[in-house]
Amino acid sequence: MTAETITEPSGPYAHADWSVRQIMLRVMAALVPATVFNAWVFGWPAVFLFAVTVAAALIAEAICLWLAGRPVGASLADGSAALTAWLLAFSLPPYAPWWIGMVGAVIAIVIGKHIFGGLGQNLFNPAMVARVALLISFPVPMTLYVLPTGFGLLAAPPGFLDGLVITFGGQGIPDALSAATALSAVQTQLGLGQPATVAVASAVAPWRMAAGTMAGSLGETSALLLAAGGVYLLWARVITWHVPVALAGSMALLSGLANAIDPARFPGADFTLLTGATVLGAFFIATDPVTSPVTRGGQLVFGAGCGLLSWVIRSFAGYPEGLAFAILLMNAATPLIDRGMRPRVHGRTRHGRPLTLERLR
Amino acid sequence: MKLFRIRGGVDVAHRKELSSEEPIMPLPLPSRLYVPLRQHGGAPAEPVVSVGDRVLKGQLLAAPQGSVSAPVHAPTSGEILNIGRQITAHPSAIPQPTIVLESDGCEEWVDLPPPIRDPFAASAASLATRVADCGIVGLGGAAFPTAVKLDAAARGTVDTLVINGAECEPYLTCDDRIMRERAGEIIDGVRIMAHALGATRIVIAIERNKPQALDTMTRAADTVGPEILIVAIPARYPMGSERHLVLLVTGREIPARRLPADVGVSVHNVATARAVHRAVRVGEPLISRVMTVSGGAVRRPRNLEVPIGALVCELLDAAGGTTEAPARLLAGGPMMGQPLHSLVVPVVKGTSGILALAASEIRTAPEQGCIRCGTCVSVCPCGLVPMEMAALIRHEKLEQAVAVGLHDCVACGSCAYACPSHIPLVQYFHYAKGRLKQLGHEQRRRDLARRLAASRAERLERIARAKREAVAARKAAAAAKKVAEAQAHGDGPVGSAAGS
Ligand code: SF4
Ligand code: SF4
Repeated sequence: MTAETITEPSGPYAHADWSVRQIMLRVMAALVPATVFNAWVFGWPAVFLFAVTVAAALIAEAICLWLAGRPVGASLADGSAALTAWLLAFSLPPYAPWWIGMVGAVIAIVIGKHIFGGLGQNLFNPAMVARVALLISFPVPMTLYVLPTGFGLLAAPPGFLDGLVITFGGQGIPDALSAATALSAVQTQLGLGQPATVAVASAVAPWRMAAGTMAGSLGETSALLLAAGGVYLLWARVITWHVPVALAGSMALLSGLANAIDPARFPGADFTLLTGATVLGAFFIATDPVTSPVTRGGQLVFGAGCGLLSWVIRSFAGYPEGLAFAILLMNAATPLIDRGMRPRVHGRTRHGRPLTLERLR
Repeated sequence: MKLFRIRGGVDVAHRKELSSEEPIMPLPLPSRLYVPLRQHGGAPAEPVVSVGDRVLKGQLLAAPQGSVSAPVHAPTSGEILNIGRQITAHPSAIPQPTIVLESDGCEEWVDLPPPIRDPFAASAASLATRVADCGIVGLGGAAFPTAVKLDAAARGTVDTLVINGAECEPYLTCDDRIMRERAGEIIDGVRIMAHALGATRIVIAIERNKPQALDTMTRAADTVGPEILIVAIPARYPMGSERHLVLLVTGREIPARRLPADVGVSVHNVATARAVHRAVRVGEPLISRVMTVSGGAVRRPRNLEVPIGALVCELLDAAGGTTEAPARLLAGGPMMGQPLHSLVVPVVKGTSGILALAASEIRTAPEQGCIRCGTCVSVCPCGLVPMEMAALIRHEKLEQAVAVGLHDCVACGSCAYACPSHIPLVQYFHYAKGRLKQLGHEQRRRDLARRLAASRAERLERIARAKREAVAARKAAAAAKKVAEAQAHGDGPVGSAAGS
């Protein structure tokens, strides 16, 4: 065989109508309902913060691509940077100052993604890297949550100008608005020695947790709308059921068990699943293709690991953001999982030896 | 019938409607036919005719060489114009020895060998000989000599004959049409093969997207009794892949690096079965076959009975020509077919179709980085991790790619078809396989050179030693002689030395 013939382009000469851009666009489409809803619930400051985060990410991406000598336009058009920023913004407190969004976006794109070599090369989920980095570096603005203001839940939701002041003014959040998230409220109560049953009951009504009219991060509150988006992604074949089901399943199982054993100490499965961004994480973050395993078996292990670790961190380490840490830890384990969970090759045993003929006779 | 589970696969847009309703029509006889001597797996055939000879239709042009080879016959009557080299639709795209035959338009047949009247009373060996003499090769695309498979299997290990009517490649409809129009001939050929093999189970697998073929074949099979099972299999690419088809219908998984016969199965294509029928019942050699001419750039897609050696441009002309410059010209289907770079190449026994694809059909997009989405892993019917193999190959870690299954890849293209980053995964695999072969050759050449050098050094050493020994022997002999002479003269050697 000559060198020409072996480098000759080869088939297939047909291709599925499927591209990275289509994947990213569909994920964004799945996020739209929750985004619109939360913009309404949290008002103008959330909109501003979201816009700043996305814009900063796009600019950072363009600069990184330009520095790396890659086609800027084509790579920006794949939508991955916008999606990373979108997910990061979703995990920020809605009234956080503008620079939180900007710094987060730059961390996500530069450190989370391009240091590793760009799209597909990063070991860790960029949005979660940024979220955890922000949380550690700026714990105060990263944990200042507010009550939802839409739906007449509050007498005076901040208007456009007030919103500008909250996001860009640097004066912090009006005291009247600040509130704790359901998860941290419960954790505070548990810390004060209240039994979990009382703590959960006093926190938020379950329907509000499901609908999302509670204090929380910019896009994480509406379990129902996020789950609807996730179902759409399953239907559109952007994700498979393996990661979300394994994640939610292991979490429900653990919290259900713990709750049955010691109801005073551990909140039940419903509370665990509806708070702390579990739904967002299960459908949108842990399913990030780049940082999760490529095999179906590996995805089950990965999802279960995320669920287990985040429950452990939430229950014993007292970080409401347990899922973000859990996902990063499992990201680190992904290469190992991929190596260990290869599918069995046709005609070979699990260990890669050819099947023996005796088995067939 | 119970079907077994096959992992992976892709739902391809099958595009068979372009030509599936076109009855098989003969290609108008070309004035010249370019008959390659190597259209099959194995050694090329050796010409038995000379330039200027007049040959008759069906006459032997070239005889097989070695145990895996196949003869080549004249597709029509006429004169041998030339025996030279010509690029063919064969995968290698390297000029192949080819006989050029100028047709005289008479279509005058040679005396064919007599029909085997009762093949079911004939011996397996005589049937295999007939199939071999008629130059029959697998018409599904691999073009492996059929008689070799009948022979090898005739050692009494095969119990199941699987007939492949899946035709899972998009666009191709030639097998569909043969099943709809020549079902009786296929069934007869199948029974003959089963008899030759001593197979007790016969399964004909047809994809569900060919309901008429399923229907016709079922009716034709029913007329001969219950021994032939027609099964509808899912229309999913690559169901027609030999290893996967065997697993699907028999539940037997062929071990890596083994053949279907090792698990007691012999797999043949429906068109091959029909060719076997013609060879046995009529004595007709394989000098033509049905091909599909299709694609978005073809004006009137057709199914044509084409004499071997016709040119691709003649097939396209018979299909009304092209409506636009084809973006891609292929021999075979779009998933595993070979690109053609010229219209003036002859078609061969293994050519199942000629496709002229329009730009809108091939969906080219620049290769992007792998996003590790795992799509390739979930669609691979062989259980491989294509993205990992490609990454290893990109870093020239070929041995590692082999360790994770490079040689288990059947090059079906499902992974590259589905990859959202448009990574030409199969191209990486072809590259690596070619490179390893090349490295193997180089290694063998180096080994040979080292062995030659070593043996040369040894030879020189041997010669030198022989010389030294000869010299020593001569010296010793001379000394002995002197001693003897001295003793004969009653003089001591010392004295003689002192005297000198
Ligand atoms: S399908 Fe393509 S992008 Fe996805 S993992 Fe495989 S090679 Fe990578
Ligand atoms: S081409 Fe090879 S690696 Fe790709 S899907 Fe087919 S068998 Fe698997």
